[in-house]
Order: sequence, then structure tokens, then C-alpha cells
Amino acid sequence: MTAAIEVSGLTVRYGEIVALEGVDLRLEAGRVTGLIGMNGSGKSTLFKAMLGIVRPDQGEIRIAGRTAAEARRHGTIAYVPQSEDVDWNFPVSVHDVVMMGRYSRLGPTRRPGRVDRAAVAEALDRVELSEYTQRQIGQLSGGQRRRAFVARGIAQEAGIMFLDEPFAGVDKRSEATIVRLLRELAADQRTILVSTHDLHALPDLADEAILLLRRILFQGSVSEALRPESLARCFGLDPLEQDTLS
Amino acid sequence: MTLLDFLLEPLSYDFMVRALVTTVVAAVVCAVLSCWLVLIGWSLLGDAVSHAVLPGVVLAYMLGLPFGVGAVIFGFLAVGLIGAIRSTSRIKEDAVIGIVFTTLFALGLVLISVVPSQTDLNHIIFGNILGISQSDQLQIGVLAAVALVLLLFKRRDLTLYAFDPVHAHAIGLSPRRLGGLLLGVLALTAVVALQVVGVILVVAMLIIPGATAYLLTDRFTRMLVIAPVLSAASSVVGIYLSYWLDAASGGLVVVTQGVTFALVHLFGPRRGLVSTYLASWSRRAVANG
Repeated sequence: MTAAIEVSGLTVRYGEIVALEGVDLRLEAGRVTGLIGMNGSGKSTLFKAMLGIVRPDQGEIRIAGRTAAEARRHGTIAYVPQSEDVDWNFPVSVHDVVMMGRYSRLGPTRRPGRVDRAAVAEALDRVELSEYTQRQIGQLSGGQRRRAFVARGIAQEAGIMFLDEPFAGVDKRSEATIVRLLRELAADQRTILVSTHDLHALPDLADEAILLLRRILFQGSVSEALRPESLARCFGLDPLEQDTLS
Repeated sequence: MTLLDFLLEPLSYDFMVRALVTTVVAAVVCAVLSCWLVLIGWSLLGDAVSHAVLPGVVLAYMLGLPFGVGAVIFGFLAVGLIGAIRSTSRIKEDAVIGIVFTTLFALGLVLISVVPSQTDLNHIIFGNILGISQSDQLQIGVLAAVALVLLLFKRRDLTLYAFDPVHAHAIGLSPRRLGGLLLGVLALTAVVALQVVGVILVVAMLIIPGATAYLLTDRFTRMLVIAPVLSAASSVVGIYLSYWLDAASGGLVVVTQGVTFALVHLFGPRRGLVSTYLASWSRRAVANG
């Protein structure tokens, strides 16, 4: 079986700075994977490399058996951005945002047809935002905003979904809703990769976890990833050193 | 003098009719483009490109090429230089923009001073609404039509580019190309507007209408209607004022746009300062019984 995502020997440098070094990664369809690492550990760079926004210095990325560029043209990957990367005052409605998921299927003017409207309505229904379709995107709560972008990925019919810190600034109840939604999407054989600081949500959310610090420190079960000694390595704290700190 | 005289007398002069038509055309194109510029945060870049096209326009005049060609080449040259200097030095972007566009603009002034010309190229700097010839009008019309068609044809892609370029890239569109399209149209539009209000005031027409419309609505499609309507109305008012006050027409058009912005910012129905103050005042009054 071909993996949904296969990354081998990926190295990305920004000038002198090494952002990722020799990253090997395999993600299977139908699973939710948590991507754990501190700020500057290379999580965003890894997303960007797989989306083709930064060019790798070395290594290869295969997405659903295709090159990253081919995968983009097929609309294989949906991306749910970090909250701070979105202009929430932008004059678009929830419906407009979700429709943007359909653009790669539309003609040169991106004029939507009946099928596209139906797909958008269905996606909004799936994330339980049907009553807010005409709201300006910034007039949603934190959790609803994230769900709107997930709906965009559903409307895109993307087999792979990347979510960058989806729980930041989201209350516990919305978090539970998003976790349930992502589990459902994985059950439909989608591949889901979620970067998060929120380790508490991890056992409910993810089938497996990746610990990243410029290189992959660990990929495997969530319970093993959450062991203090693994986390200490990932967040750069030696357990022994921690004692002297406190 | 009756109101009818007030409105009709200027129209008895050909040059006034031409001025009105040309200004409204330029105002509409600039206003449509400005909707994207203010949302992307390209106002300063719009200022830069509209100045940087000057040497291109003068060279095009010397070589007998359409002004639009020279403008587009120098528009991209300016943006290319800004990007190149930004990435190879420690100078911050606003300073880089300032260096590049003033230098190119100055080069344009030097060229104007040495080129013997029949039409006064100085008009490009301050605009010359009242002296627009029929051939100028034709060129403005063609450029405006090209710019407007491109913008409206690609409006959904451009809005996506402005809102979420990463998503555009992720679904296989090219943010680079969309940004390039917007820059090209910006250069064309600058040529349209600079013959009307002049290089110095072009930037006003490229920012104020979009910003004003943004204060009035939460829907981009409505911005695309409100901005050109307000801009066209301001142009007509400005030109009439200039006729009756015998004052600079380009200046009055922009002053009218600025006053419109101020009125909307103060008295706009939802986000206006006065209406939000009244709303919070009445809420407090209700709360205090």
C-alpha cells in the first residue's frame, strides 16, 4: 500500500539556519497524527515544505504517490492556517471562504455551479455551521472559525488535511467538537496531520504522534510520545536539569 | 443662477465634457483596483509603482510606443528592484520602497527636462484634466478597459490571493502570477490616472475609494460596487467645483474623495465614529434606566 505522505531525507535551510534536517516521515490514510514541537522546531517549515511553499535543499516528498506539485494541482492537500495568519476583518462570508475550496475545480473566472454550491452547503452542514453561512468570517467564535476552514478542506474533497495549531485560543467545548470532527474525517480514510501545543487533547485526538526538533525525535504511539523523557528531549529540557531549575 | 444652469453650463464646453468623462473612467478603474490594494496592504506599493512608471512613460513617448508598455515595464522593474534590495541588504522594506520609487521618479523628471516634446509632459506630474486631447482620451479609454476587464475576469482569484495566498498555492494556483497580474494592472491604471490627476495624486485615487468602501460593508462584492460609485461621484463633484471655483480640478477631485472618506468614517451607519458612540451611549442610558 502506498503511504498518503512519504517524506525522505528532507532538509530545509534558511541561509545559515537549518530548519529541518534529514526528516523521514510516513503517514497512512485514515489516521490522525499529532505533530508536537516547540516554537522554532520546524513544524511550520515541515507543513510549508509539504505544501511546496519552501523548496527543500535535499530530500523527496511524495503525496499520494505523486510529486508535491502534482498533488497541488489535484487539490490533494487542504491547509487550515494558524489563527494569527488570517486577516479576520477581511470582507468575506463563511460561505465565500468554504467556496474557495472549490476553486481548483472551477473555470478561469471561478464561477461556481450547482454542484459546487451543493458541496459547500454539505461541508458547512458537516461542521455544523449551516446557520452562519452569511456571517463575515471574523464574526465567528474561535472554534467556529477553525471549523469553517475545515469545511473548506471538505469542500475541496482533499484526501489530506494539515491543521496548524487548531486549538490555540479555542475553548474546551469547541476543542472537543473539533476533535470529534477530525476523528470522523479520519474514519472516512482521510490523512490528518495536526500541529499542536495542546498535549492534553492528544490522546483523544491522535492515533500516533511525531516529536519534532529540526529532526524527527520520535514517531509512534501517543502514550509513548507523552512520556516525560520523550517530551523532555523534544522541548529541550533534560529531566535532570529540570530538578535544578525548580 | 438656477441649479440647472449650475449643472448645464459647464457641459456646453467640449473640454469640460471630456474632462468629466475621462475623470470618471479613471476614477472607476482606480476604485475597483483599490479594493484589493487596501486589503492586501499594498497602498505604499501603489504609491511607489505610480511614481516609478514616470521614466517608462517618458521613454515610451520618445520611442513612439504606447505609454502603457513603458509603464508596465517600469512598474515591474520597480517591484523587482524593491524585492532584490530587500533580500540582499539589511534595509527595511519601507526604506527600500522609498529609495527605489523616488530615484525612478527623479529619473523621469530628468528625462522630461531633456526631451523636446510637443505635448507638455509636465502635465503628467500634476495632471491636466482640462487639457485632455482626443487621442489621450482614446488611450486612457483603452487602458482603462483592459485593466477593468482583467480585474473583473480574475476577481475571485485576486480576492483569494488577497485573503489566503497559502491556500491558493495549496490548490495549485500561482500566488506569484496573481500578484504579478495585480502589479501589471496597477501599472496600467497608474498611466490612466496620472494623465488625469497627475502622478502625485494618483495614489489618492488608488487608496481612498477602497478604504471608504471597506468602512461601509463586510462583503467584497459590495466593495466592488460602492468604491467605484463613490469615486465617480466624487470626481463629478470635484470637477464641477473646480469649474465654478476656478481652482485645480485634480486637486478638488481628490479633496472631495478625502472629504467623503471623512464623512463615512464619522457618520457611516455601522462603523462610523458618531454612530458607534451614539449606540454605546444609548446602551448606557438603557442600562442606567
